[in-house]
Amino acid sequence: MSGEQVLLSGTGGQGLILAAIMLAEAAVLAGHNVVQSQSYGPEARGGASKAEVIISDEKIYYPKVQTPGLVLAMSQEAYRKYGLNLDEAAILVVDSTYVLEVKPRQKNFYALPITRLTRSELGGEQSANVMALGVVAALGNLLTREQVTQAVLNRAPKGTAKRNLKALEIGWQLGREAELPAGNRNAG
Amino acid sequence: MSNARLMQGNEACAEGALAAGVRFFAGYPITPSTEIAEIMAEKLPLLGGTFIQMEDEIGSMAAVIGASLTGAKALTATSGPGFSLKQENIGFAIATEVPCVVVDVQRAGPSTGLPTSPAQADVMQARWGTHGDHPAIVLSPASVQECYELTVQAFNFAEEFRTAVIMLMDEVIGHLREKVELRENLAVVDRKKPSVPPDRYIPYVNDESRIPAMANFGEGYRYHVTGLTHGENGLPTGKPEVAGKFLQRLTHKLDPYLDRIQRWEEVELSDAELVIVAYGCTARPVREALGAARREGLKVGLFRPITIWPFPSGEIAKLGGRKFLVPEMNSGQLVGEVERIFGPKNIHRYNRIDGELITPGEILEKIREVMA
Repeated sequence: MSGEQVLLSGTGGQGLILAAIMLAEAAVLAGHNVVQSQSYGPEARGGASKAEVIISDEKIYYPKVQTPGLVLAMSQEAYRKYGLNLDEAAILVVDSTYVLEVKPRQKNFYALPITRLTRSELGGEQSANVMALGVVAALGNLLTREQVTQAVLNRAPKGTAKRNLKALEIGWQLGREAELPAGNRNAG
Repeated sequence: MSNARLMQGNEACAEGALAAGVRFFAGYPITPSTEIAEIMAEKLPLLGGTFIQMEDEIGSMAAVIGASLTGAKALTATSGPGFSLKQENIGFAIATEVPCVVVDVQRAGPSTGLPTSPAQADVMQARWGTHGDHPAIVLSPASVQECYELTVQAFNFAEEFRTAVIMLMDEVIGHLREKVELRENLAVVDRKKPSVPPDRYIPYVNDESRIPAMANFGEGYRYHVTGLTHGENGLPTGKPEVAGKFLQRLTHKLDPYLDRIQRWEEVELSDAELVIVAYGCTARPVREALGAARREGLKVGLFRPITIWPFPSGEIAKLGGRKFLVPEMNSGQLVGEVERIFGPKNIHRYNRIDGELITPGEILEKIREVMA
C-alpha cells in the first residue's frame, strides 16, 4: 500500500473530526503509519470544518492532505471548496442531504443521503459522522470492517457504542452497494 | 509495535508530564492548548494530584510557583495571549529559581489573533518575554512522539537547573494525531534537596555547581523567597557586590551544562550546500521537500534545533561556508540567531504569517531559487 489521503469536510458540529480520528485509529490498528489533523473556526457549531487523514506505510512528514484520494463533503460549501474541482481519479462522496447542487462527474462519484438515512434509521442526526465513516472506509478499500469497528468502539463517547455500530454497519453497506455497477445493486 | 497508539500532540504532552511525575496543574484553558488542561483535570485527581482552573493566567503561574515550592512538580499550559500574561511570574520563577514547566501552544497573534490557526511567533517572547537578563531553556517538538519525550525532558531540566522551562509547541503539532510508541522508564530527574539540617541551610548558596539545593516548604526549612535581587540567604539586598554576584550566577547558571542541554537533529548535512534551519511544525514540510530536492540533485540538508534556547550556535557555526535558509511561521525571529553567527550574507528567509502551514511545494521552490 503506497498510501491514501482522505479529507472529511462539512460544518462544525457534524462530528467529522471524530470520524477522522476513528479512521486514523483503525489505520493504527491495521499497523499503518497515520497522521490526522484538522482545521476549524473558533465556533463550536457551524463554520467550515475540515478533518484530514493520511495513511501510509512510509514515514509521513507533511501532515496536511495535498492530493486527496478520497473526499467526503457534508455541506454545499465543503463541496464547493474541496469537491467541485477534485481530480476525477479521486473518489468524491457527498451527503445528498446537504449537497444539492453538483457538477456532473464521470466517475468516482457517490451522492448518498447519509444524514437523511441516519435520521430515519436511528431517529436523529447523531452518528451521521459514523455512518459517513462507514461509507468512506468501505469505498477506500484500505481497512477491514473489523478494524473500523474496533476503532469506533475505542473512540465512541460513552453510551453511544450500540448506536454508532449500527450507523457504521449501514454506512459500510451503503458504501459497498454504491461501488457496484448500477445494474448489480441489491444483487449481492 | 505492541505499544503503538494514536495520540494527539497535546495529549502526548500531558502524558509526558504525568510520566515526569507532575502532580499539580493550574491553568486557564485556551485554544489550542485546552486538551492539556482537560486531560490534567481528568487524570490528576486519580493520582492524588491537584488540578485548579484559576481565575486567569497570572494566577495560574503564581499557583504553579507556590506548588513547586512545596515540592510538587508543577505544570501550566497556555497559548500566546495567556503566555503574555504569565511573563511576569515566569520571571519570578526564574529569579527565585523555582522549577516549573510552561507549555505555550503557539497560535497566530498578536493579541487574540487567529485562535485556531498555527504560528511560530512566540520564539523571541519565549526567550525575552519576561524582563531583565535571565537564562532560558525552550524546547520545540516537531512530532507527537517528541511532545511526550520533550515534556519529560523539560521537567528534568526544570528540576536539575531550578528554572522555568518553556515547551514551545504550535497548533499544528499540538493538535496533530500520529502513531506513537510511548517509551516507559524514561529517566526522571528530581531536584537536589539539602543535605544539611535546617539551621545550616543556605537557600541560594553560590557554589561551583551554580545550582543551589532546594528545600520544600513544610519540611522544616524556613527561607525567604523574593523577586527582589537577593543574597545567598534569600533576603533582598541593595549591595552591589552581593547583587552582582547573584546576578552573575543566575544569568550564567546554564553555561557549564550547555553540552547536555542543547539538542538538535541533522538530516543529510554532510554534503549539503544549502542548510535549512527549521523547527517545530515548519520542519515537517521541510523534511518532505528534502526528498524532492535531492531527487532533483539539489544538495540540501536540514538542521533542526530541538533546544531553541539556548540556541545551538556552536553547532551551526561548524556549518560555515554554506548557504542557509530559515523558514518560519513568523516574520523572521530565529533567523536572527543564524545571522548573528555568520552575518546576513547567504542567509535566506521564508516567512508565512497567514495562519496556514508552509507547504513542501513552497519550500522546494525556495530551495530552487536560493540554489540557482
